[in-house]
Amino acid sequence: MSAALHQEAGSTLELSGIQAGYGDFQALFGVSLRVEPGEAVGVVGPNGAGKTTLLRAISGLIRPRAGTLRYGGQDLTAVPPHMLPGMGIAHVPENRRLFPHLTVEENLKVGAFTKAARARFEQRREHVFELFPRMKQRRHQLAGTMSGGEQQMCAIGRALMSGPRILLLDEPSAGLAPLVVQQVFELVRRIRQEGLTVLIVEQNVAQVLRVVDRAYVLETGRVAAEGRSAELAADPAIRRSYLGGH
Amino acid sequence: MDPFFLEALVNGILLGGVFALPALGLNLVFGVVDVVWLCYAELVMVGMYAVWFLHTQAGWPLWLAFAACLPVVALLGLLLHLLVVRPLLNSPPINQVLATGGVLFVLQGAATLVFSTEFRSLGVDMPPMEVGEVFVSGTKLAAFVAALTGAGILWAFLKFTYVGTAIRAIARDREVMPLMGVDPQRIYLIASAVGGALAGLAACLLVVQLDVHPFVGLSFGPITFMICVMGGLGNMLGGFLAAFLMGLIISVGGFWGTTEFSYVVAFAFFILVMFLRPKGLFAR
Repeated sequence: MSAALHQEAGSTLELSGIQAGYGDFQALFGVSLRVEPGEAVGVVGPNGAGKTTLLRAISGLIRPRAGTLRYGGQDLTAVPPHMLPGMGIAHVPENRRLFPHLTVEENLKVGAFTKAARARFEQRREHVFELFPRMKQRRHQLAGTMSGGEQQMCAIGRALMSGPRILLLDEPSAGLAPLVVQQVFELVRRIRQEGLTVLIVEQNVAQVLRVVDRAYVLETGRVAAEGRSAELAADPAIRRSYLGGH
Repeated sequence: MDPFFLEALVNGILLGGVFALPALGLNLVFGVVDVVWLCYAELVMVGMYAVWFLHTQAGWPLWLAFAACLPVVALLGLLLHLLVVRPLLNSPPINQVLATGGVLFVLQGAATLVFSTEFRSLGVDMPPMEVGEVFVSGTKLAAFVAALTGAGILWAFLKFTYVGTAIRAIARDREVMPLMGVDPQRIYLIASAVGGALAGLAACLLVVQLDVHPFVGLSFGPITFMICVMGGLGNMLGGFLAAFLMGLIISVGGFWGTTEFSYVVAFAFFILVMFLRPKGLFAR
């Protein structure tokens, strides 16, 4: 069944010295980061550290001012953003950004817009319904009328409809009740097990370190620390700043 | 019920069907591209000339002239987007309105140069039909059926196709569309062509009811804009319903007074709506 989701193992995503911002405001000051195929990597850090900007730069919604951005050796800054889903890169944006006035199924349909994705729409829709049985029940409901957790599932499902090899997740736990946060991270774990590469940006450091293999700590637009999840979770400085530990 | 009043009601509904098409086209383009085509009625005018020319001058059968009118005006919509709207997409709205308003005068001027200001008539009419106590113009009834068919095809396109679903999505959130693999520029082009085709269909329905001249757009353009604003600019269903409301007001107003008086009533109603519901009758 996982063949329905993605065709190949995918490629390495590699950022080097990325600088980016909006107008006079610079959010990223030379960020370097690497995600190998099949890995789950987290980017954690406080509000305003530049986590969302980082994902937006990867998917071309803003263009980096300096640095290189490559996926499988291809320069992503030279690719129009709407071509990325066709290359196997899917981005679940901050605040989910569902189309609230469309039904769940119509949201999935927009996610399957590319030619290659249309051909496999039904197969992938069934897979998404398997992952999220709740979405099947609500397929004809307007997306805007669902709970926050359901909307997050729908947003992830919409991204899966393009058949990605790498999934970029921006704060999937934001604004959700603790129990729902658990469910969302459980889903991320299951998506991983299907062989998808995941790059996840989170403020919820304790939770995300349990799901990912490695993580980067982003502070005011710079990588302040990086390492394997277990190492980071044990690091006293990180425990003090992010895990409420002693 | 007074059969004449009943007839006014029926005519109002038939008139509403014809108003509905340009209202749908204008709302479609505005909802997707976020630019008001101030010259929309003039696109219809060009379509009316196209039908008139192909039928009476080039001798084409009427159905063929109708069939040609849709792609001609759709192409005009495409050109309008590529040459005028696209270069101004990131300009202030006032510049966009001034530019499409400029196209209005260019089209009026061009039509005057080519066809002069003479009123041109297609010279076709269908016999009236008697339904119960009411006489209904066959032409108007046929136009109404064609308008509803066009609206139905548009609805099915927006509801069931990938591109149509993307059009409804982009109207709400354009920034996120590239993440779905959708190139907004391509959707703008498609919406502009469909908006043009709707103007073309409206032209076919109007040219059998009105003589065409370079300023014929004035006789339905302002009403179309009022309908769109009343229904909530960009709200397709709202515009569709407002078209019938406006058709009824004009037709029934004409029953109690003169045709000119009926337009006074319609505009007064519009002003009242703007005071009471500035975002349109059907705004949520």
